[in-house]
Amino acid sequence: MKVDAEARQRLSAFLVTHEEPIVRQWTEIAARTLRGRLTNTELTRQVRDVFGALQAVLGADSDGEIAGAESGESRGALAELSRAWARQGFTPSETAGLVFTVKEVVLGLTESGQAELPTTDFLLLSLVVDDMGLFTFETYTKTRESVIADQTEQLLELSTPVVKLWDGVVAVPLVGTLDSARAQVVMEKLLQTLVDTGSAFAIVDITGVPAVDTQVAQHILKTVVAARLMGAECIISGIRPQIAQTVVALGIEFGDIVTKSNLADALLHALRASGVEVVRRASRDKAF
Amino acid sequence: MTELEEPQRLPIADDKDVVRVRQAVRVIALAAKLPLVDQTKLVTAASELARNTLIHGGGGHALVGQVHNGRRAGVRAEFVDTGPGIADLDLAFTDGYTTGSGLGLGLSGSRRLVDEFEIVTAAGEGTRITVTKWAR
Repeated sequence: MKVDAEARQRLSAFLVTHEEPIVRQWTEIAARTLRGRLTNTELTRQVRDVFGALQAVLGADSDGEIAGAESGESRGALAELSRAWARQGFTPSETAGLVFTVKEVVLGLTESGQAELPTTDFLLLSLVVDDMGLFTFETYTKTRESVIADQTEQLLELSTPVVKLWDGVVAVPLVGTLDSARAQVVMEKLLQTLVDTGSAFAIVDITGVPAVDTQVAQHILKTVVAARLMGAECIISGIRPQIAQTVVALGIEFGDIVTKSNLADALLHALRASGVEVVRRASRDKAF
Repeated sequence: MTELEEPQRLPIADDKDVVRVRQAVRVIALAAKLPLVDQTKLVTAASELARNTLIHGGGGHALVGQVHNGRRAGVRAEFVDTGPGIADLDLAFTDGYTTGSGLGLGLSGSRRLVDEFEIVTAAGEGTRITVTKWAR
């Protein structure tokens, strides 16, 4: 939406003349909806930033559009603010509303006779502000999407730790759904840890996997075979009774892979197989 | 056959939908007071069949809900697709036979996991599989 130069000049002059009351009232109204989630100083600064962006869009060397080539700086300022709002957990309406508030303020000023602005100019201001609000909204959505994407990725990494249980024994506690993407991450991490630690035993614990279907089983089997190829023995632990019965009914064969019902048994098996004796120390009373 | 009560219709269009079907079946199985082993068996069967619907049927939908036969409660799930269908059922139910890259146990294995298993299919006419697990 192009706004002609004359009208822009008038609006710009209007904003400059009434800067103080506009910013003050804008901050007051915004503070009401945001209910103390921002400090007053912070809010005032942000309102001033939006005000600055608005003035720049209406400025002499601009074409009056937030999407225009000359409004890069305003876009940058608005984008930064809306990213900050998205990360602080503001709702989309609050974010866009913060920008739209200026219309309410200007309307209030003209109605109370503190300022004068022709209706057509007010409509033009409204158009520019709408564009800015929509732009803020768009950036907000993009930020939210990237936050979600980041979290998904972090979750993928977080949920697959490879832990060292003993010298030469590492374990992967699997929790949740094991889809192809996660299975791939698990396999890569496990194989890398086997190399890094020079471990001969890997325990895959599936206590936290709610259901073992053929796809999950296939992923586990592939991981075990890959670990074997690298010279490590793989033990599957955490097979609960209901999982055991389901796996049998499905007809999945785990072949000669060592399986244990819990992690403790798997660790004991790995320790014994690597020549570590686990003995309970005789109590002192008996020794003397 | 008894009627599905308040069936939930779930689309099956990607991997996440398979997880959703599994969760929905688990919730209904819990509500029908199926024992833990039977819950797990049914959920696993649903997972297999939903994935078949997705991979071999090219997507479709599932209908899941409770059923009652006299005083006995059960959980039923239907998996419907309009894909290529299954031409040779005997071959499809052979353990280890697969046209994909899986273990070839999904279809045959899920029949062993449930109490009732019904399949309606023909080459080029899609597939409808209905499974039921009764509370003991």
